[in-house]
Amino acid sequence: MSDHHHKETFVTKYIFTIDHKMIGKQFLITGMFMGIIGVFMSMLFRLQIAWPETSFSIVEAFLGSHQQTDGIMNPDTYLALVTIHGTIMVFFVLTAGLSGTFSNLLIPLQIGARDMASGFMNMISYWLFFLSSVVMVASLFVEAGPASAGWTIYPPLSALPQAIPGSGTGMTLWLVSMAIFIASSLIGSLNYIVTILNLRTKGMKMTRLPLTIWAFFITAIIGVISFPVLLSAALLLIFDRSFGTSFYLSDIFISGEVLHYQGGSPVLFEHLFWFLGHPEVYIILLPALGITSEIISTNARKPIFGYRAMIGSIMAIAFLSTIVWGHHMFVSGMNPFLGSVFTFTTVLIAIPSAVKAFNYITTLWKGNLQMNPAMLFSIGLVSTFVTGGLTGLVLGDSALDINVHDTYFVVAHFHLVMGVSALFGMFAGIYHWFPKMYGRMMNKTLGYWHFWITIISAYGVFFPMHFIGLAGLPRRYYTNSNFPMFDDLVEINVFMTIMAIIGGLAQLIFLANFFISIYRGQKSPMNPWNSNTLEWTTPVEHIHGNWPGAIPEVHRWAYDYSKVWDDENDPRHGEYVHGKDFVLQTTPLLDGEESS
Amino acid sequence: MLALFYIFIAVALGVSFWQITRVMNLRSVIATDKDNDTQGKLALGFLAFLYAMMIYCLIAMNVIMLPEASSIEGEHDDNLFNITFWLIGIVQFAMQFLIFYFSYKYRGNKNNKALFYADSHKLELIWTVIPAVTIVLLIGYGLVQWNNIMYVGEDENPIVIEVYSQQFRWDARYAGEDNQLGLGNVNFIKGINTMGVDMSDPNSQDDKQVTELYLPKGKKILFKFRSQDVLHSAYMPHFRAQMNCVPGMVTQFAFTPKYTTEEMRQNSEVIAKTNGINKIRKAKGEDPYVFDYLLLCNKICGASHYNMQMKITVVEEADYKKWLSEQKTLAQVIK
Repeated sequence: MSDHHHKETFVTKYIFTIDHKMIGKQFLITGMFMGIIGVFMSMLFRLQIAWPETSFSIVEAFLGSHQQTDGIMNPDTYLALVTIHGTIMVFFVLTAGLSGTFSNLLIPLQIGARDMASGFMNMISYWLFFLSSVVMVASLFVEAGPASAGWTIYPPLSALPQAIPGSGTGMTLWLVSMAIFIASSLIGSLNYIVTILNLRTKGMKMTRLPLTIWAFFITAIIGVISFPVLLSAALLLIFDRSFGTSFYLSDIFISGEVLHYQGGSPVLFEHLFWFLGHPEVYIILLPALGITSEIISTNARKPIFGYRAMIGSIMAIAFLSTIVWGHHMFVSGMNPFLGSVFTFTTVLIAIPSAVKAFNYITTLWKGNLQMNPAMLFSIGLVSTFVTGGLTGLVLGDSALDINVHDTYFVVAHFHLVMGVSALFGMFAGIYHWFPKMYGRMMNKTLGYWHFWITIISAYGVFFPMHFIGLAGLPRRYYTNSNFPMFDDLVEINVFMTIMAIIGGLAQLIFLANFFISIYRGQKSPMNPWNSNTLEWTTPVEHIHGNWPGAIPEVHRWAYDYSKVWDDENDPRHGEYVHGKDFVLQTTPLLDGEESS
Repeated sequence: MLALFYIFIAVALGVSFWQITRVMNLRSVIATDKDNDTQGKLALGFLAFLYAMMIYCLIAMNVIMLPEASSIEGEHDDNLFNITFWLIGIVQFAMQFLIFYFSYKYRGNKNNKALFYADSHKLELIWTVIPAVTIVLLIGYGLVQWNNIMYVGEDENPIVIEVYSQQFRWDARYAGEDNQLGLGNVNFIKGINTMGVDMSDPNSQDDKQVTELYLPKGKKILFKFRSQDVLHSAYMPHFRAQMNCVPGMVTQFAFTPKYTTEEMRQNSEVIAKTNGINKIRKAKGEDPYVFDYLLLCNKICGASHYNMQMKITVVEEADYKKWLSEQKTLAQVIK
């Protein structure tokens, strides 16, 4: 490997780079930029929900004259904001920003590889993601507004510009952006799979991989299985919109005329969409769970409890996730028998999820918890994952879903279980691997403030939200003031909006900490968290090829924390096996030491 | 220009932050024993906050929730919901306790040693089997209810009513004497035939088109749903009923109303909720609210999605028959 002797220019080092570490950072920064847009949008529409007929100069400032009147946003704009908020957060922040960042950064480092299997494809993957972000942001500025049919873009609403203005150019750009995004995701995922299967260093058996890598691996597989289906759904929608086909449309009378579409069905789109849409939840969540497993184990100074059970449950969740999509469609008009089947498969996911939650808790038990910000965010993830996951038992049960379907109960559920949880996983990952990315450390005090304000405001927004859902309040209503039966929910909505604004502003603490630490943070030692995994054996200053000499050989699994001699008759009984509470994966076994 | 102003404020905030952090000790990076102690205690404090919030929500928000189900099918739904809710509530309280109490109890200290405890098949078996059994029982009951609700037997002889959706209104069509709805298709929409009913179909003649639903108490109603433009969803929360209206197909849902509107207004839960609402409305100087059943649109359908509703009135069967006989048939309206 002599790559690092090449003279690198600014362009090859920072822009068209094929170094996985730099590509990971590119994904992170782009994802953070999109995240700022997505979160800011949510704050704008939360203002509208809490104070529907009130003028806000911030609304007037950021929305065009077609989109608001005297500081009050129009109904179409409200729908556009919730649509783009959902799209950006789900795909651009929590798929590309989370999985893209950490898969790229960690896969080669943790398995002991010089780089991804194909650095060039990796670069293409990032630049396609960048292009799709540009197209999505550009769609915000077209005259009739961006896509506004909900992030699920159900036709006919998304197919007919007569039905909603956002279904014109805005929707076209949305579809183009998503098609490019899917290409990026597929190229990235294939690269991750090939790299993990082929480029593991000597001794790095699959059963010695850190759980992060297992999570990225399984995530990539479900991505490859399900994303193409969304691509085909989007293509057929493009055909219906532009070439007059009728895959999703039939018997439509709108704006005073009968349209020519015959024989299609929107339910077909719902099937295709959710065939990706549900696994997508796990594409978002599994990397966060993998990151958390690693961080909790490191900071608890304890092996992760039930390593094999954790791998088993990741696999079980991934498998089940591909056969549960119909639970989004219990009241879509599909055959009730299918509803029964999907109820059964859906609720089964509770079992591996429960195993994971219990395993995390057992890992905390009798640990020696180092309360770094990354650890706090991981604990926060376990908490929100449990809170949000439990209400899945209500929504997954078809009979109960009838009455809470598309209410705020659903919004509360998925924001906690995949939104907040995955964001916490992402923050945990950033705090933990920041030294690996930038060679410096983030400030812990700001991290603590960031964590506590964020978790309190997250619960403050999404916990009461369950109850307004149970009061029957439908989601995606521009205002609830036309229904006196919802008048008693106003105060709760105001409270939630205030919490949302506090939570949103608290992210400024994080941004400040992040960017200041890049330049001013304390220089990182080689292994700041006393961790076992391979990435902490690489030099702090990045080099292309990761290790200056030979790639290290691996002799044990990643979780030998606080390993002691446990033979009662041994004079060393109770002492750490290697004299300290962690053992690098590269350390050979001692005589008489059992491998775990 | 205003946008620039806000961006300027954000930049100014950022710069002041930068200046503040210059004097802060950015060198404080890895948790010390003191941090572990503080953060562990904060975790316990957060547990108290979480418990307080959960208990407050459970008690104080009881009054804003939907009243008991007003349909016979919905009763079982409520039952199932209560069982599920108790179950997840207990698990939630227990799990959150374990998470944050352990975070406090085992907060790090350099004199402590973590326990090397990597596996226990017995424990893992326990927490696989217990959730599995609970879940099988729960969905067993759930699926029985689902089948009760979704399959309508021939012998039940329900009253057939069509609910018709368009941007942004609801209409309804009663099947008339023959209890058979005439065929409908968007191609027949013309003039006052707004629901596109095929008037050459003999079954159409005695159908009756209305803008409000009247339902008899104690009779099974089979709703047939159609949409003429985009997806809508007919959501009748008080009856625990919801079904999408899909252009190009007919969907259905059935339930049996249990209480008349008048009876429901005397229900103690409804009275409590109505009083709460009216206190708020009075403070704003608005007319008092009187309880009514409603049908709402619950699938994003365009700009006025938030204002797509239809009133439902449940009456005794005799009143229902009287009301229905006063409505004109389509044959009379559309010549």
